[in-house]
Formats: sequence, structure tokens, C-alpha cells
Amino acid sequence: MKGNHTKLTWFGLGVLCVLVLGGILVNCSRKPKVERGDTAEAAIATYVAPGDTDEYYLFYSGGHSGNVYVAGVPSMRHIATIPVFAPYPATGYGFDKDTKHMLGGFNWGDVHHPALSETKGDYDGRWLFVNDNANNRMARIDLRDFKTKQILGPIPNISGYHGGSFVTPNTEYVLAASRFSVPLPKGTYEPIENYATKYKGIVAGVPINPQTGEMSVGWQILMPPFDFDLGDAGKGPSEGWAFWTCYNSERATGKLEVTSTQKDRDYVVAVNWKAAEQAAKEGKATTISGVQVIDPKTAPGVVYLIPAAKSPHGVDVSPDGKYIIASGKLQSITTVFAIEKVLAAIQNKDFSGDEDGIPVLNYDKVKEAEVNVGLGPLHTQFDADGYAYTSLFVESAVAKWKLGSWEVVDKIPISYNIGHLSTAEGDTMHPAGKYLVALNKLSHGRHMNVGPSQPESSQLISISGEKMKLLYDAFTEPEPHYAQMIKADKLKPVEVYPKEEMKNTNAVWDVKDTGVMNQGNDVLVKMIAVRSSFEPNKIEVTQGQHVTIYLTNIEQTTDELHGFGLGEYNINVVVDPGEMKVIDFVADKPGVFPYYCTNFCSALHQEMQGYLLVKPK
Amino acid sequence: MTVKNFLVSETTFFELPLSLKSRILILVAVVALLPAYFFPLWNMSFFSNQYTDGLVLHIYSYQLEGGKTPNRDDLREINSLNHYIGMRPLLESDFSEFTWVPLVVGLLIILALRAMVLGKMSNLVDVFVLFVYFGAFSMLSFYHRLYMYGHNLDPTASIKVQPFTPPFFGSKQIANFTVNSFPAVGSYAFFAFAILLLLAILLSAKRAKPAKQAAA
Repeated sequence: MKGNHTKLTWFGLGVLCVLVLGGILVNCSRKPKVERGDTAEAAIATYVAPGDTDEYYLFYSGGHSGNVYVAGVPSMRHIATIPVFAPYPATGYGFDKDTKHMLGGFNWGDVHHPALSETKGDYDGRWLFVNDNANNRMARIDLRDFKTKQILGPIPNISGYHGGSFVTPNTEYVLAASRFSVPLPKGTYEPIENYATKYKGIVAGVPINPQTGEMSVGWQILMPPFDFDLGDAGKGPSEGWAFWTCYNSERATGKLEVTSTQKDRDYVVAVNWKAAEQAAKEGKATTISGVQVIDPKTAPGVVYLIPAAKSPHGVDVSPDGKYIIASGKLQSITTVFAIEKVLAAIQNKDFSGDEDGIPVLNYDKVKEAEVNVGLGPLHTQFDADGYAYTSLFVESAVAKWKLGSWEVVDKIPISYNIGHLSTAEGDTMHPAGKYLVALNKLSHGRHMNVGPSQPESSQLISISGEKMKLLYDAFTEPEPHYAQMIKADKLKPVEVYPKEEMKNTNAVWDVKDTGVMNQGNDVLVKMIAVRSSFEPNKIEVTQGQHVTIYLTNIEQTTDELHGFGLGEYNINVVVDPGEMKVIDFVADKPGVFPYYCTNFCSALHQEMQGYLLVKPK
Repeated sequence: MTVKNFLVSETTFFELPLSLKSRILILVAVVALLPAYFFPLWNMSFFSNQYTDGLVLHIYSYQLEGGKTPNRDDLREINSLNHYIGMRPLLESDFSEFTWVPLVVGLLIILALRAMVLGKMSNLVDVFVLFVYFGAFSMLSFYHRLYMYGHNLDPTASIKVQPFTPPFFGSKQIANFTVNSFPAVGSYAFFAFAILLLLAILLSAKRAKPAKQAAA
């Protein structure tokens, strides 16, 4: 008996050794399978010769970096960084008076979904809007100079601004929604146990001034405490409607991974924004934190709920505006709803129930198709030939399928775990086709080893042919959530601010107008930066004085930027040709502090310097 | 005898009437001169690796104009670069030429038209001689300008260069720049004016020959 036992033990150990050794050997010879297209074809397709420029601009969000990045397609070269919600010393953003004020004391934001402004459902190349998921702000970037011009918010009542910044077809509104419901108004305390009844969600429209792009706080709609996720605006036959997905229709708290995934269906919210606008105008709203908030119970006809596959993520309207496509991220199908059926159901009051007085439509009555795309569908984009492209997070793939026949015609593996995807002008009424960029969450070392903090990967895919083809891997800073791809010729940015445009009288263009003015506790400095000097090159103040420097870059030549770095005063401002920026600070530290040009400008750049002399009090 | 004969024949020459052809040619010459008012007389361009499209400078009879795009003001740029070698900035107000050149051109036009109306060789020759003088003076003055800009350098300049004369006609390498300097449409108008006047003189002079022989 005992001998048998020993034999068995030895035999078991032997088997284990073989398995371990075999495992080691197999592992040594195993390399991850690398997905790639035809090398020569891909190289030619993405090669942009020196001096040539790309065909498309790609604006991709930089997530919690707070920035928006600009790349060229098809080269995928990163060309510029547009700081939005975080200071960015490289361009002096957040250091001068205006941008500091715009940031409002926040040091970061979570840039999510960039949206280019539209006219008649197509990109007009005027503005780019981005939302801040963390601090509930919305920003407008002017594409005339690729700079952030306005930050709205924190927007009252909105909490966890994820459901933006999708625009209506004529940029009447940018959509906004709460992902994390809270008691309202903000600042109210309420135990988490009362979540289902006392916490409130919000979906809203942020009106845009059609001339200036100025954003303001518009109407909001009081919603049950669901987690409103992503949105899209209707167009064509669905124009006038706005859609958002939501998860956690369970109104659960705690470990949402479990508690919010118990029901088979969550919702797509359909808002008749023209009706909402009207309701707000007619005063069918209560004021919360100074905002007109519409309660759907007292304003019927504004909001409806469409049941969708559980925990849906993206909702995307087809280019012709006929279909609303929602992807249930825990399933293998994406659901297509027909606006025609939705409108008919609303007309016939064909409801299956309600949530806090909001009518719920019958899934079977409004569903057009369930497309068998694959595992973990998230977002859908479109091309010019009637095809849709759905990203599959779990499966790490993109499925191409036909609108109308609802058949999946092609699939391409992605490295790895694709989140958003963006096709050229792919969310407009006239997609431009040709390219698709997969914005992936994980790169798993498909790049040179840079240690554990790895970049994300963005892959360029050709969608010109029947089969999708992988062309290029680019590595992007954390973390792209959605992108907008626009034909390069639609944008005509300036490279120099013309002198004639400068209206601010504190800007000076001639050395004889520069100088330091002592006015009691204030010191006003009118300063010029030009190759290769600052005028004045000496500023004398007394400790404690408030210093304001109006710094004008009087260059009128492209790329002649000048920086103004003030050592140990934590200041670095960059002025572009023809630009004036205001630097203000209290000279609280006595001593002599050099200031110098931080943005290399000329052969005598090193000599472009001066001194701030602070006399002790 | 020869001196007297010469004087007599010359006097006779100046007394010659202008043929219709000559008078028409004078009018053509005046029209041909008009572009001198609207087009540059001289163009200069500066090429380097940083400026592959070239910085350009147009010199008109009445103004100095740099190439201008939304992304660059060439005159401003040329002055920005020149200050490193201590060259005076090119300022329109420094050029008295811009007031007197257009005045003189106008004067010449009036004199040419006068010659055409009066139809006398002497008047025409006056215009021609005045014009040649004016042309030569302008060229010399332009050359002198170039010389002064290139030689009258600020001794405190950050980059010391050997004094130089920018090219008056042709191309020249100056530091990292290839500088080109060539006459432009306005100058061709001046040239055409002179040629046409000369032609007008010759046409009427030829007609005069048989008469001269007869007198002899």
C-alpha cells in the first residue's frame, strides 16, 4: 500500500516536471501573433513624403490628460496638442491671465468626445467641442487658430458629463448628460440608501450661438437616477431628436458591476429637443441652481424610453437619419431601431409602461433589426457606401455590416480592445469613407518597451475596398475616447494673427510705446517680444507689488513664437506671432529673477532675456 | 567752315518738323510709360533654406512693398533679419525718390505730349535727353542706396559682416541668402519709352535727309 503510494507520487512528480518543462519550452518559442496587412501596400498607403501633408485631420481626445491631440491621416503623425482642461506649459496654456481664468482653478479634466460643429448635418470646420467627464465642463476650440476659447462650467446639475459633446445638425445644441446621478442641487447631502428616489439624473442641451459659438446653459430635463452614457443627435427624418443610452436602470448602488447588470434591458432615451426647448420657453420648468429644469411628468411629449440590450454603450444615428443603433456591450448583437417606428409608437401611445412618468416604448414595435456583430459591441460609424462599422471591445475586432440587409460582411482583428472608432466624417450625413481609426484601450507591448505605463494604440484601417485592411499602428497618449476625422481642405487656420486685428490697446507694436509704469501697488508693463529681445529688458518693482505684463509678440511671420519664462515664479507664457497675452502675479519674493525666451526663436535666442528686480519691502 | 556748317545743319535738324508717324510714336511712348506708375521698377528676392519660396521686395516709383501673405510680411521680415547685421531698416519715409520720381515721370509725359502737339524736333530731343539723364541719375541713385545700406552698418550689430553692396543687377550670395535683383515691368516701360522716342527722332530725321542735301 505504502509502496504504491510512493510510486504514484513519483509518477505524479514526473508528469508535473514534463508539463512544467514543456510549458517553459512552449512559452519560449511562443510570440504573440501579430496582425498586419500587406506590408508594401500599407507602407505606400500611409507614406506622406517630406513636405507633403495629410489628407485628413484627426482630432482625438486625450482623456484624463485634459488635452485634444491633432494627427494627420493617413500618416497618423501627431502634429499638435491642443490643451483644454489642464495647464500645458509647452504653449503657455493656463499661465496667462485669460487661460488661467478659463481653467477656473482646475488642474485636470477628462476629455471625452470631440464633436465638430455641423451645418446641415455635415462638418463646417468652425469649432470643435469637447466635454469634461470629471468636472462637468464643456469647451469650445476655435478651428481658426486651434485654440480653446471658452470653457463652460462646471455646469449646474450635471454630474459626470460623459454624454457629450454630440451636436445637433446645425449646431443648435451640444448634448449633455449626467453619468453619475447625485442629489440636486449639487451640494445637497442625501444618504446613498435613498439613491433610487432622491438622486437625480439630467439630460440637457447646451445652446450654441450660431455666430460666435458661445456656449451657455440651456434647458435640462430631470431624469431617474440612471447612468446616462453616450449620445447622438438625430438628423434627416430624426432631426429634432436627441438620444442617449443609459445603464443602471436598476437604480442600483454599491458594486455596480453586479448590481446594475441584473435586468435584461436598459434604455435608449429619446428626447424631442424642440419640444424641450418649447417647454422651457413656456415656463413648464422649475429652476434648480438657476437652470430651467423640465420635469417629464409635467411636460409630456418631451422624453421617451426605448428598451435596449442591457448596459448599452454607444448610440449612433445612421447618415440618412433613419436608424438609431444602440450597442449592448454585454451581448453579441447591436440593435437597430427605426425612427419611423419610434414616431409611430409615440403617435399611437403604444407604451409598455413608464419610469417615473416617462413612457417606455415596446421593444418589439420599434426594433428594426438585431445585427449579429460579435462580442462586446460599443460604437458604430459609417462610410459613404451604406456600411456600418461597429467596434467590438471583448472580441477585439471591428465588424463591417450593411445597413438595410443587416448582414455582417467583414471583420478585422484589432490590437487590442477597441473602444471608440472613427471613420472619415463618419458621424455626419455624408461620410467620406476611405479610412477608419480604431482607438484601442490596450497596446500590450506592440511597441518598444517603455516600462509598465504603456501608451494606448490607435490603428489605421483602410475601408476603401470590400475587405478592411490594417495599415498602421500609432501609439497615443492616454487616452483617446472618440475622434473626429475631417477633410483637410475644410479647415483654413491662420498662422499669424494680423496686426490689424489687434483691438486691445494694451498691446504695443513699437519699442517707443513699451515701458514700466508704477502705479501705487500696481506695476503695469507693456512689453514687446521680437527677434531677439524683450523690451523692456528690466522690470524694477518693490516686493508685494502686483505686476501685470502685457506681452505682445510683434512678429508677423509664421512660426516665430516667443516664450516668456520667469524663473522660480512658476510662469511660462508663449505668445504667437501677432498675439498679446497678459501675465499677472504678485512679486512676493525679493531678489533678482531672470526672464527669458523659452520658445526657441532665432540665432540669438539665448540672448533674449531680461531681469525682474524685486526690492525687499 | 566745318563748325559753321555743322551748326547750321544741326540748327536745321532741330528745326525739322515731326512726321505724323513720329508724333504717333510719341503718343505710343507715353502710353508705354504709364505702367511705370502701376508696376514695380525693380524686384529683389532673397532665398535660403528657411525661405524656399523667397522673401520678395518690390520697388515702385512711389513705394516700397514687401511680399505679403497671411503668414508673412516680407518687408517686416527682411528688416527683422537685417537688424542682426546692423543694417538700417528699409523705411518708405527714408526714400525721397518716392516723391520726386513720380513727379519727374509726369513732367516727362507732359513734355512728350508737348513735343507731339508742337511737332518740333527740338522739343522731342529735349524730352529724350532729359529722360536719358533722369534714367541714368535714377540708376546711380539706386546703386548708391544699395551701397549705403550695405556699407553704413551699425558698429554695435550682433553679427559683424564685411560691408557689401547688395546686387544691383543679377544674383549674389550674401551669407545664407541668394539675393536676386532684376528690373521689373516699370523699368521695361521706361526702356520702351526711351526706345520709342529715339525711333520717333530717327523717323523724322530720315525724312529730313533729302531736304538737307538739297540745301547743301
